[in-house]
Amino acid sequence: MSNPLSLFGRGATYLALSIAAFVSVFPFFWMVIGATNTNADLIRGKSTPGDALWRNIEVFFTSADMPRVVFNSFFIAGVGTALTLLVSSLAGYGFEIFRSRTRERVFGVMLLMLSVPFAALMIPLFILMANLKMMNSYQAIILPSVASIFIIFYFRQATKAFPHELRDAARIDGLKEWQIFLFVYMPVMRSTYAAATIIVFMTHWNNYLWPLIVLQTNEMKTLPLVVATLSQGYSPDFAVVMVGSIFATLPTLIIFFLLQRRFVEGMLGAVK
Amino acid sequence: MAQSQLARSERINGWAFVLPALILLGIFMIYPIIWSLWMSFQVGRGMQFSFGGLTNIIRLTQDPIFIRALTNTLIFLAVQVPIMLVLALLFASALNDPKLWGRGIFRTAIFLPCVTSLVAYSVTFKSMFAADGIINQMLMGLHIIASPIPWLADPFWAKVVIISAITWRWTGYNMIFYLAAMQNIDRSIYEAAKIDGVPAWARFWYLTVPMLKPVILFTAVISTIGTLQLFDEPNLLTMGGPSDSTLTLSMYIYNLSFKFMPSFGYAATVSYVIVILVAILSFLQFLAARDRKA
Repeated sequence: MSNPLSLFGRGATYLALSIAAFVSVFPFFWMVIGATNTNADLIRGKSTPGDALWRNIEVFFTSADMPRVVFNSFFIAGVGTALTLLVSSLAGYGFEIFRSRTRERVFGVMLLMLSVPFAALMIPLFILMANLKMMNSYQAIILPSVASIFIIFYFRQATKAFPHELRDAARIDGLKEWQIFLFVYMPVMRSTYAAATIIVFMTHWNNYLWPLIVLQTNEMKTLPLVVATLSQGYSPDFAVVMVGSIFATLPTLIIFFLLQRRFVEGMLGAVK
Repeated sequence: MAQSQLARSERINGWAFVLPALILLGIFMIYPIIWSLWMSFQVGRGMQFSFGGLTNIIRLTQDPIFIRALTNTLIFLAVQVPIMLVLALLFASALNDPKLWGRGIFRTAIFLPCVTSLVAYSVTFKSMFAADGIINQMLMGLHIIASPIPWLADPFWAKVVIISAITWRWTGYNMIFYLAAMQNIDRSIYEAAKIDGVPAWARFWYLTVPMLKPVILFTAVISTIGTLQLFDEPNLLTMGGPSDSTLTLSMYIYNLSFKFMPSFGYAATVSYVIVILVAILSFLQFLAARDRKA
């Protein structure tokens, strides 16, 4: 219909999309192929599955205290996601439902801060954490991203679609405001929460720069840090690195597939 | 009486809901912003500071590594963001066609890259683009090139690899925003235009693009901010090399602060360059979006 690619006909559209899909998926194949081969085979350019998967997994799991590393990653991403969703959706709801001139101004200033890059914050944040004696701790990783301006903005946009009648009815039934939020708003906005969960979990799970700065001992490391360390050096064992990459990708991949339908619904609500 | 009580409860609730976020933003955002502004006027090494006036700003203009990092970052921005947004827009409008077979499969495939971790895909790309990696093997197998390209060891190709990597990772992400926005456009507009004989490219350019303008602006600003902060990919793929040809501003700030003897004051000054760039570019993008409307 509005398809510009159809200028070149349907065939060209399918061709372009197929190439794009192939390019998009190929690195995933490569990760899996790489993880099943030995590093020597990989370097020789072998592009068929090999039988070194178990050896690679074994090497990967002995390269660091993996149970601890995996726990760290899940703990940081899990607690971080829960707190971010709670604090940021509370704020998004608050800004939209209880409007006042002062709060509109505060919101405006907040949106401006969206454009302040992390690089400008990282040194003061680093010194702040050192002063608070929070270096190398879970709090230091999680706390700075709990109030996410992007997610607050996202929830405020989505709240515009939240029916007033529901809130009014709940008020008449005598529910307190926090009860309305907890028992009416949150269930009704499931799709919004699902979409936000994907984005927020991915951000926490994949975070690299800030943990690189704050986490200093091996037993505090997260998966991305371990994979990054394995890939550095003069001749990294790429087969083992690929195993690490797969483990680092699996959780977000699973969450995405579980919540995919709601993700698109949720994005729709926010873009309106 | 009842009226003012209601107003009071609205006011209290209004602040109660936003306060946790505001407190956290105050501590972890506003305070660091002000602090780094103060620090950008400090000179000294480690934790010993003294007021340096404009020393850091003068040092900026004479620092070849800074100029290098700035140029690299702007090249990444100017090349990568337009390519990515145009691709995302084209894919989105192709996938918005309800008669397209396999829409769901294509959409999932193109979106898939953005669920990988930056570290995971960076190291995967590093192995794919190694001198004897799969990309060179494929290109030689197809007789496109005669000898392997030193992807990561050549200043030009290293930039190309990083641009390809970011495009690979983020095109699907932007596409989802466009797809979501397109589903809010009334299809009958297109039907009417089609009946009037408006060709496909004109429907795209004069109907789709203007209606998506707010979303395009949003993705342009977000991508600009993201690219100006680029760190993970060059740090993992090339470590900024060869000879600083992929060093970005964020990497330079990191190096100044944590790699050698810390130079926090100067690093803070460099970080304000990013803040100013983001501000200018976002403003220009807003202007451009407004002009088109008029």
